Amino acid sequence: MRKVDVKEIENAIRDMSIKTNIYVGEDVLNAFNKFQKEETSPVGKEIIANLIKNAEIAAEEQVPICQDTGMAVVFVEVGQEVQLIGGNITSAINEGVRRGYKEGYLRKSVVEDPLIRKNTGDNTPAVIYYDILPGDKVKITLAPKGFGSENMSRLKMLKPSDGLAGVLDFVVETVSIAGPNPCPPIVVGVGIGGTSDKATYLAKKALTRDIGSHNKAEHLRNIEITLLEKINALGIGPQGLGGNTTALAVNVEAFATHIAGLPVAVNINCHVARHEVTII
Amino acid sequence: MKIKHISTPLSHEKVKDLKAGDSVLISGTMYTGRDAAHQKLIDAIDKGEVLPFDMKDAIIYYVGPAPAKPGRIIGSAGPTTSYRMDDLTVPLLELGLTGMIGKGARSKTVIDSMKKNGAVYFAAIGGAGALIANTIKECEIIAYEELGPEAVRKLTVVDFPAVVVIDSQGNNLYETERKKYQKID
Repeated sequence: MRKVDVKEIENAIRDMSIKTNIYVGEDVLNAFNKFQKEETSPVGKEIIANLIKNAEIAAEEQVPICQDTGMAVVFVEVGQEVQLIGGNITSAINEGVRRGYKEGYLRKSVVEDPLIRKNTGDNTPAVIYYDILPGDKVKITLAPKGFGSENMSRLKMLKPSDGLAGVLDFVVETVSIAGPNPCPPIVVGVGIGGTSDKATYLAKKALTRDIGSHNKAEHLRNIEITLLEKINALGIGPQGLGGNTTALAVNVEAFATHIAGLPVAVNINCHVARHEVTII
Repeated sequence: MKIKHISTPLSHEKVKDLKAGDSVLISGTMYTGRDAAHQKLIDAIDKGEVLPFDMKDAIIYYVGPAPAKPGRIIGSAGPTTSYRMDDLTVPLLELGLTGMIGKGARSKTVIDSMKKNGAVYFAAIGGAGALIANTIKECEIIAYEELGPEAVRKLTVVDFPAVVVIDSQGNNLYETERKKYQKID
C-alpha cells in the first residue's frame, strides 16, 4: 500500500482553488482567440476582446477572473492501492477550500441550508464525488461552479424511441431557453444514460474536460460536433447580444442505461470554465 | 461605435435619451443589491420602514463582489443574472429607481413597469469582474452587512462600461440582435 497524507490533498485543493479562479485556462484562452476571429458580430468580437483583456488583468493583478468564484465541486479518484493517512479526506478537502477561499480573497458564496440561507462564511462545504479505481495514485479535479450557469441546468427522461434526435433537440432547447443568462459563450456538458442522478453527474463531469478535447467514442464525438454547430446557429452570441459564438465547446459523456430509458442531462458552464487537476 | 457618457443621478430626461443598443460609460453613484438584499428591501417597504438609500433616480447594480485584497477598494465585481430579482423589482421602480445593471433576460412584468415608470436596464459583461472592478473608485457598505457579499454597498464609479439592453420604450436588444444571427429555431 502506498501511503498518502490527506494534508497533501488539502494543500492541493487550496492551491488549485486560487489558481483556477485567477488564471483563465490555456484551453479557454485558445478558444477565445479562435472564436474572436470567427465571430461575425462586431459587438460579439468586442465582448470576446474584453474577456481576453479581463483575463490579463486578473492574472496581472492576482484577482479572480469573475466575482462568482463558485461552489467547489471536487472529483476524487483514489487508487485502491492507496492508504490515506493523517485524518479524514473529506475534512481535508473542506479545509483546503476554506484556506484557498480565505487566502485567495475569493468570494464565499455558500449558504448552510438551502432554505434558511445563512452564509457559511468560508465557502464550505464542497460538493465531493469519490471514485475508487485501480492503481496507487490519487487524482483530484477541482471545478468551482458559478450559479449563473448552474441555474440553467436541465434533465429530461426521454423514451428510447426519442433516440438521437430527441437528445439533440433537448440540448439545443436547453441552451436556447438559457439565452443570455449563463454568460455566453458557454461550455455545454451533456450526460446521456445511466439513471437520472448518473446523467446529471456525467453532465457535470463532462465540464472538467478541456475545451477542444473530444469523447473517444466516435458517435459521441460526432454528437459533440453536431451540437456545437446547432447551438452556434441559435444566434444568441457573446453575452446574448447576438452572434455566432454561443458555445465554445460541447462535451458529451455517456453510460449504460435501462431498457426503458434514455436520460439526458445538460449542465452549462460560463466562459470561465474553471477546472484544474492534481495527481498525487 | 459611439459611446454615451452618463452621470448619476439618472434623471428621467437622461433615461429618455438612452436607446437599446447604446454603449455607455457611467460615472457617479450606484448601489449594489442582489437576491438577499432585494428581499430585505421589499420586506422594509412592506413594513413601511425607511430604505437604506433613496430609490429616486438611483441605479442598482446586481453584484456580489469578491473581497478586496489588502490595499484595494473592492474585489472582482461583475454582474449577476438579473431574472432572480424580477419578482422583487416592481416596488423599487414604483419608488423611482431609474437604472438597473445586470446580465440576462427580464420578465414582461419588469419591462412593463420600466415603461410605465421610465427606467432603463443595462447589461455589463458577465465574467469580466476584474476589468469592471477597476472602474470602481469607492466602496462603502451601507446596509445589511451580515449578508457578506450580498450586503448593500454604495459605489462610486468612473466610466463603468455597460450596454443599454432594454430601454424605457421596451426595446429589447436580446430579442432584436439574436434574430439577426439566428439560423435555426
